Amino acid sequence: MDNPDLLLKQLSSIVLNASPLIIAVCGETITERAGLINLSLDGTMLLSAMTGFIVGYQTGSLWLGFLAAALVGMLFALIVAFGSIRLKQSQVAIGFVLTLLGDDLSAFLGQNFTRMPGSFVMKAGIPLLKDIPILGPIFFNQDPVVYFALLLVIATWFFFFRTQPGLKLRGVGERPEAAFARGVKVNRLRYLYALVGGALVGIAGAAYSLDVKVGWSEGHIRGMGWIALAIVIFGGWSPFRGAIGALLFGATKALATVLQRTFPQVSVVAFNTIPWILMIAVLVVSASELTEKFINLMPVSWRRPLRRLLRVSAPLALGTRFGED
Amino acid sequence: MRIELKEIRKYFGAVKANDGINLVFEGGKIYGLLGENGAGKSTLMKILSGYQPPDGGQIYLDDQPVRFKSPSQALRHGVGMLYQDPLDFPPLRVLENYLLGRDARLVPNVGKARKELQELMDRYGFTVDLNANIDSLSLGERQQLELIRLLAGGAQVLILDEPTTGISAEQKDLLFGSIRRLTHDEGKTLILVSHKLDEVQELCDHAYVLRRGKLVGETCVPCPTENLVEMMFGQLLPRSSRPEFVYRPPETVDLVGAKLPLGDQAPPAALKPVVELQHVTLATYHLTVSDINLAVQPGEVYGLAGLEGSGQRLLVQACAGLLHPEQGKLLLAGQDASRWSYHKMQAAGVSYLAAGRLEEGLVAGLSLKEHVVLSLPRHDFMVDWKSAEKITAQRIETYQIVGRPELTVESLSGGNQQRLLFGLLNAPLKLVLLEHPTRGLDVRSAEYIWQLLYKRREAGTAILFMSADLDEIVERSDRIVVFSGGKMSRVVEANKTSVDELGHLIGGQV
Amino acid sequence: MKLRKWIQVTWPLAPIVAALLVTSLILILFQTSPKDALAAMIEGSFKDTAKVLQVLAFLVPLLLAASGLLVTFTAGLWNIGVEGQIIIGAIMASWVALKIDLPAPLQITLEILAAMAGGALWAALVAVLKTRGGVNEIFSGLALNNLAIILTNYLISGPWQPPEGGTFRGTQPFAENALLPLLGESRFSPLSLGIALLAFALVVVALRGTFWGLKLKALGKNPRSAFLLGVSSEREVIFALMFCGALAGLGGAVRVLSWFDSLRQSISGGIGFLALLVVMLASFQVYWVPPIAAFFSIVLMGSTTLHIRTGLHPSLGGILTGVMVLFVLLFGDYGKLFTRRKKIPSPVKEDDAHG
Repeated sequence: MDNPDLLLKQLSSIVLNASPLIIAVCGETITERAGLINLSLDGTMLLSAMTGFIVGYQTGSLWLGFLAAALVGMLFALIVAFGSIRLKQSQVAIGFVLTLLGDDLSAFLGQNFTRMPGSFVMKAGIPLLKDIPILGPIFFNQDPVVYFALLLVIATWFFFFRTQPGLKLRGVGERPEAAFARGVKVNRLRYLYALVGGALVGIAGAAYSLDVKVGWSEGHIRGMGWIALAIVIFGGWSPFRGAIGALLFGATKALATVLQRTFPQVSVVAFNTIPWILMIAVLVVSASELTEKFINLMPVSWRRPLRRLLRVSAPLALGTRFGED
Repeated sequence: MRIELKEIRKYFGAVKANDGINLVFEGGKIYGLLGENGAGKSTLMKILSGYQPPDGGQIYLDDQPVRFKSPSQALRHGVGMLYQDPLDFPPLRVLENYLLGRDARLVPNVGKARKELQELMDRYGFTVDLNANIDSLSLGERQQLELIRLLAGGAQVLILDEPTTGISAEQKDLLFGSIRRLTHDEGKTLILVSHKLDEVQELCDHAYVLRRGKLVGETCVPCPTENLVEMMFGQLLPRSSRPEFVYRPPETVDLVGAKLPLGDQAPPAALKPVVELQHVTLATYHLTVSDINLAVQPGEVYGLAGLEGSGQRLLVQACAGLLHPEQGKLLLAGQDASRWSYHKMQAAGVSYLAAGRLEEGLVAGLSLKEHVVLSLPRHDFMVDWKSAEKITAQRIETYQIVGRPELTVESLSGGNQQRLLFGLLNAPLKLVLLEHPTRGLDVRSAEYIWQLLYKRREAGTAILFMSADLDEIVERSDRIVVFSGGKMSRVVEANKTSVDELGHLIGGQV
Repeated sequence: MKLRKWIQVTWPLAPIVAALLVTSLILILFQTSPKDALAAMIEGSFKDTAKVLQVLAFLVPLLLAASGLLVTFTAGLWNIGVEGQIIIGAIMASWVALKIDLPAPLQITLEILAAMAGGALWAALVAVLKTRGGVNEIFSGLALNNLAIILTNYLISGPWQPPEGGTFRGTQPFAENALLPLLGESRFSPLSLGIALLAFALVVVALRGTFWGLKLKALGKNPRSAFLLGVSSEREVIFALMFCGALAGLGGAVRVLSWFDSLRQSISGGIGFLALLVVMLASFQVYWVPPIAAFFSIVLMGSTTLHIRTGLHPSLGGILTGVMVLFVLLFGDYGKLFTRRKKIPSPVKEDDAHG
């Protein structure tokens, strides 16, 4: 029933829908790799989506819209970072309140702009690349937001694993004392990367209201922030796996509707549960002793890669405070 | 490079960790820095390596005064310190760990670094898998990597803090070989902080001895060990003479209540030991102590001597049920308790008082009353606060705690907190395990605590304690065992030993 | 010095002052007089009996969830999963309401018990994942919240859909005997308020008067010391979560049997999350919870009147309460100390963990 064209269309739609999520996941991965949990993602994304839309609407400039959204993201991240590092309060608590506040603020401040038609990002296929069979239409005949998301994944990966600043970031998140001993200003970096992550999350929010799910209405993208948090985890705090997670998430939703037609008995619900069950499964497997035992049953040469695959561990110092002189 | 430390001072509150220390280190030599726990060695080296600023005094490198704001700054000047637990990044790979903080460029040259690392490893004979993650390496390998990192960072002066605890014999030989090469061949300076006298004798050219924050002696090495021991521990206070305590079990009575004639009672010598360890091996990541054999009789006081990290704590924790033997058996009153949990041991009459009063013993934020309730042997569903108040008041009286039942424990002074911890102990107990029972206490409180402990002996309670204060060990124990580098010495009678004998045992010579 | 003392005394009022400032600013931005808005909100809660009953009806499940959370917070747990526990309680009560038909007193009792059991078991999942699986309760709570929502949607649009077809709005209305007796035309069930107050009292007694409560308190403040003093953390964590889950489930039952008359899509109405805010604003002090829960109810119910009167979005109430909680979280300590003690801890941890 599905001809190849339709399938390609669906795949490309999955990529489009997953892009904002990919951006948010990269942003939060950066923040968490530095050791800070920004639990306010859902609220941040709602507020920044609203902001992006309104600013874009009022000024007519999409760029300003995205910029404003990034600033909102940075503001929330700054509150969490400041509250945790300087005021020594609980990151979780502050992030949680901000989630709800972001939701309420976005609903209130955006109330006059609901269901208005606004400008949105236009599609811009990349010449030549978009003609590649299969991959072309899916990845290269999209709009700039998608390209940004894909480039961001590569850039984040490169940053983490091939550059000195990224290495320092990872060191801060794993063992701040050792980073300090190597001359790294731990808390300063935490602020910096909280802001960077927050900006990206803000951009992700605007990516919804200005592109993927154009417009604004109350509770517009509620829930996406929580999903982003889950994906960061089962992506193992790594940009590529996170991106795959986001794509998988989009795919399961699409898959659900497709399969619904062929298997009406199997409920859509089952698919909606997948990201959450995956998240728990990843956490359990990575913490479990059974996993270690399982790995030790495997041939020796398999062990290291298996361990790298399965023992997805959070940055060791995630959520902890560091007292600098 | 010549290093001079002039009048270095460092205070932590009222404690003078470093009290005007003057030292000189010349290039090309290996120095040993000796001293008991709390002598000030670690503090001093942390100052030299940039982790802490001194409160007074000055450091001179080649006659230039320097002030280090951070360890990395110190390394840039050529001073690097290798910790007992190396400050590396367990989840990262070896190469990443090496690169972090080294290469100033945006994209570090991995290939060059790999070659560099391999060259350095070859030079000193180390073999570490470059593709491994740090957390899969042994302590010795991590040490080797950290050493190389410091050298590559330009260290001319290396400080090694207790490097040989927890590494294999081969790794130790490798380490010593590289140390000799670094100093005698390459002209670097090495400072070895250690308490293992035989190793200091083997490796060092010169030794400084610290005691209670001051430099008390220096000597060329090798030298007679007695000299080192005397400088480290000084003269022991003579033990107060007192009669030897012998536990007498309560007179046994027959069913009617009449006292059994003396001949039918079990002779004291045939009493079962309270706790017994048979060929026990205890292991943690850092340390393995093998073949422990010990039997503690009721009413006996056993002192565990030795410097921090030598294995005493493992023994104490094993007896508490917090660490299970890898091999061997642990018997409690004759029963095999090797796999018993902490709570099971607690229910069986074993009490454990950890060193950190507020970290591992008392709950800050809870009142004295609440602590008493938690420690009572029997608990009803509803707490009888009135009766708890009374009991707490009684305990305050008995243990002479300065405080009220409703006060939270963090408002008590250290001495009173310790008295409270004792006040929470129930009776009767088979075994009391103590880590540093009088640390940070004034003399009066310390004396009082020991009187309380001695009283318990009469009920048959055995006492096993560890302490960094050799005087306390000698004064309070009936019997002593010494731990050194994961080995337990023979049992020594407290009233017959000497500082010489103990010093030798602590230094690792059995 | 005088200024400092004065600030210290009046600090408890600072959160509300800050919140009023922020909301006033926002209102001015929207060309509405803050005074008018405030008046509208107060009117919205107190004007007539109907409004007061509405506030009470909202308060009940909030108080129930907040009471339960007091227990988990005491134990040092972040039970974000409370929202899901409310939902499951509602689902269980709905199941009994739809499938079983008994005379009202028995029916209601059964529904309540089922709800409590459901909430407790859902919370037990979080507990087991934490103690056996090493999964942080924040993440398992999040996941289980979403799973509960998905389950609700499934039931409403599938097996429990009303006869006229699934519309994702809700199940068919429950029979009269399954619902809680309401006062007049309102959504308020006096019985539920009685139960909520009883539950709160139970929590107070449990935390202050039982040995279990003392164990939880020790566990929350210093798990290591608590362990060494004899507290078995695994067991207590499981009980604490199940206790909270039971109360939360009860709140869900109240929602589905009085506020609504059927299982709806947003059955929990964010009350679980609100309850977390209530306890945070109360700085985890037991006796502050009921008044603050009442305050939340007043503000949030008042917001709907605000909406009707001025056309402004009712989320203003959420903004007011949210800013208050944020303020307390960030600056709450200042009232206590008002001196920023500058600690200089050594950046390198003293490593005395070796033998």
